[in-house]
Amino acid sequence: MRYVDEYRQAADVRKFAAAIRARVTRPWTLMEICGGQTHTLIKFGLDRLLPEPLTLVHGPGCPVCVTPLEQIDRAIALARRPEVIFASFGDMLRVPGSDTDLLSVKAQGGDVRIVYSPLDAVKLAQRHPDRPVVFFAVGFETTAPANAMAAWQAKQLGLENFSLLVSHVLVPPAMQALLGAPDNRVQAFLAAGHVCAVMGYREYEPIAARHRVPIVVTGFEPLDLLHGIYLAVTALEEGRVGVENQYARAVSREGNLPAQKLLGEVFEVCDRAWRGIGVIPGSGWRLRPEFAHYDAERRFDVGGVSAQESPLCIAGAILTGHKRPHDCSAFGTRCTPEHPLGAPMVSSEGACAAYYQYGRQG
Amino acid sequence: MSEPTAAGILGMTCPIPISDYPHVQLAHGGGGRLTHMLIEKLFAATFANPALAELHDGAVLEVPAGRLAISTDSFVVSPLFFPGGDIGSLAVHGTVNDLAMCGARPLALTAGFIIEEGLAMDDLWKIVRSLAAAAAAAGVAVVTGDTKVVDRGKGDGVFINTTGIGLVPAGVSIRPSAARPGDLVLINGRIAEHGIAIMSVREGLAFETALTSDSAALHELVARVLEAGGADVHVLRDPTRGGVSSALNEIATASRAGIRLDEAAIPIGEAVRGACEILGLDPLYVANEGKGLAIVARPAAERALAAMRAHPLGRDAAIIGEVVADHPGKVFLKSRVGGVRVVDMLSGEQLPRIC
Repeated sequence: MRYVDEYRQAADVRKFAAAIRARVTRPWTLMEICGGQTHTLIKFGLDRLLPEPLTLVHGPGCPVCVTPLEQIDRAIALARRPEVIFASFGDMLRVPGSDTDLLSVKAQGGDVRIVYSPLDAVKLAQRHPDRPVVFFAVGFETTAPANAMAAWQAKQLGLENFSLLVSHVLVPPAMQALLGAPDNRVQAFLAAGHVCAVMGYREYEPIAARHRVPIVVTGFEPLDLLHGIYLAVTALEEGRVGVENQYARAVSREGNLPAQKLLGEVFEVCDRAWRGIGVIPGSGWRLRPEFAHYDAERRFDVGGVSAQESPLCIAGAILTGHKRPHDCSAFGTRCTPEHPLGAPMVSSEGACAAYYQYGRQG
Repeated sequence: MSEPTAAGILGMTCPIPISDYPHVQLAHGGGGRLTHMLIEKLFAATFANPALAELHDGAVLEVPAGRLAISTDSFVVSPLFFPGGDIGSLAVHGTVNDLAMCGARPLALTAGFIIEEGLAMDDLWKIVRSLAAAAAAAGVAVVTGDTKVVDRGKGDGVFINTTGIGLVPAGVSIRPSAARPGDLVLINGRIAEHGIAIMSVREGLAFETALTSDSAALHELVARVLEAGGADVHVLRDPTRGGVSSALNEIATASRAGIRLDEAAIPIGEAVRGACEILGLDPLYVANEGKGLAIVARPAAERALAAMRAHPLGRDAAIIGEVVADHPGKVFLKSRVGGVRVVDMLSGEQLPRIC
């Protein structure tokens, strides 16, 4: 398969791993932002090919993990309404809310549908004009253009029965928050390639300059990750800061301008709570007032949910890179993919799920 | 009465006048005139065989002496028609394959239909015709059956249960606990085709692809493998729901042995790999309906592989791993890039990921 096989060649992987080993002279701590990158690292066992002084910590870039509990509870409240068709990406269905999850709501009679594209949710609304269709619009800058397109299409079509429960989050403010924390230990970032494919990487340049860190825009295949790590380690060893682009086959400095234009028309920046981390100023998108009619939070009375996290879950420490999944006393015992206590154990991008699924029990 | 061929069955037209009954009604399951019409005209005429022609409460069969295998399976697939098959053909292949994985030659099937009121009569006819044709192609008679109709909203079009009996040849002893360190793991072809084909036509997930389900009856292929491998064939298992990983985890647990897979050796089509990459699914967890895993003692493995490859359903057969003594109960995979990871049992359902 083109663009996959050439980035999974065992001989090249060994070559890059050796090059990284030759480069590293002292301990460094790198963070890969995206849960998809964490997954590739663990799935292919790449972290085990890296030299001892190099520490990879897993970042907060898992949309399933950081969607705040309050929004999950609101989703559950909406999905329980008998008239509502609630459409969602598949992996949100198992995320635990305060007392249940969307799969259980479905089992109890809620009309919960898995869609692969938000535009399919628009089609559902066209097919069921007598029923309100709510789409759970979560994710980073990656999923935002399609979600924006859904709102835009619904407006063009004059669809009265379609709305979005929006919980969008943005990467750069989260990186700033991590770097600004007094206990930060991240010295370089592998930025999320797919996010940058949409947004470009201009907005990372002031972050790199201000916090004196190398940031390498990195892809998702094994060779992408090793190449990204190699570039980050080289910059650290040479004392350079700034943004480099490993993922040039998909990412330009400017990014996808038509997508950015649509995003600007549909969304506006807002403060957003991140599950396990807390409110990060300016770290989210919500629908602009012109699209208020498509905002499920305004269309339905979903306030008044009181969110309750499991006291055992250390998701915040995991998502900020302070702890690893097997540092958690509940990991693999009281918290498993069948009974997740926190979102990082929910498939498929959470660090805990990756560690559990690929047998990193200790 | 001569028994019909698959081609003959597929050429038949619906014996129930569509204009009279365009949809199945509750009365078709009520035991009265309509039930009789449905059973006699639609079912008995299509499945035509001497045992069924008796229209008795059950079938009475002559069976040779020896050991019988029996297996039952219920089919609830949605959508009812999918690329490469439908619930009717699947209901035959699923149960025939379960018998084959016991090492048995299938002798006869039963078919129970639970039909939702309102199902298009033409759809029911297509399904019955397809089931009958698949049974005829497999050389197995549907000897008795049952029909119920449930209220609209209480079923998903139609559910089918099939039970099969088969004869286990002397000397064949296939058990999930029989894998031994040193045995090799064989599969008869490309994985994950059924699950991805179904997903490609599901509401909300539809994507364009030429993929078809691998749904097929494997008993002939299994018979060739057993002829070639004899008592060295230790375990057979069809990796249906939960895919290859769940089937091998069950075998590893039952046999108290480890299984080591080689990712690069596992046959998989380009389109399926692409769909799995896009959807965020692991093909090792995706369902198959025309694949069989065979765990064979090393000296006989090449013979068993050659037997698979000589059969039309085994052209892409491969040796994909081995049974090992360490890590009993666990399945490991050597990845394409050389790393090793655990392949665990599937937790819940595989759900397509966000991004």
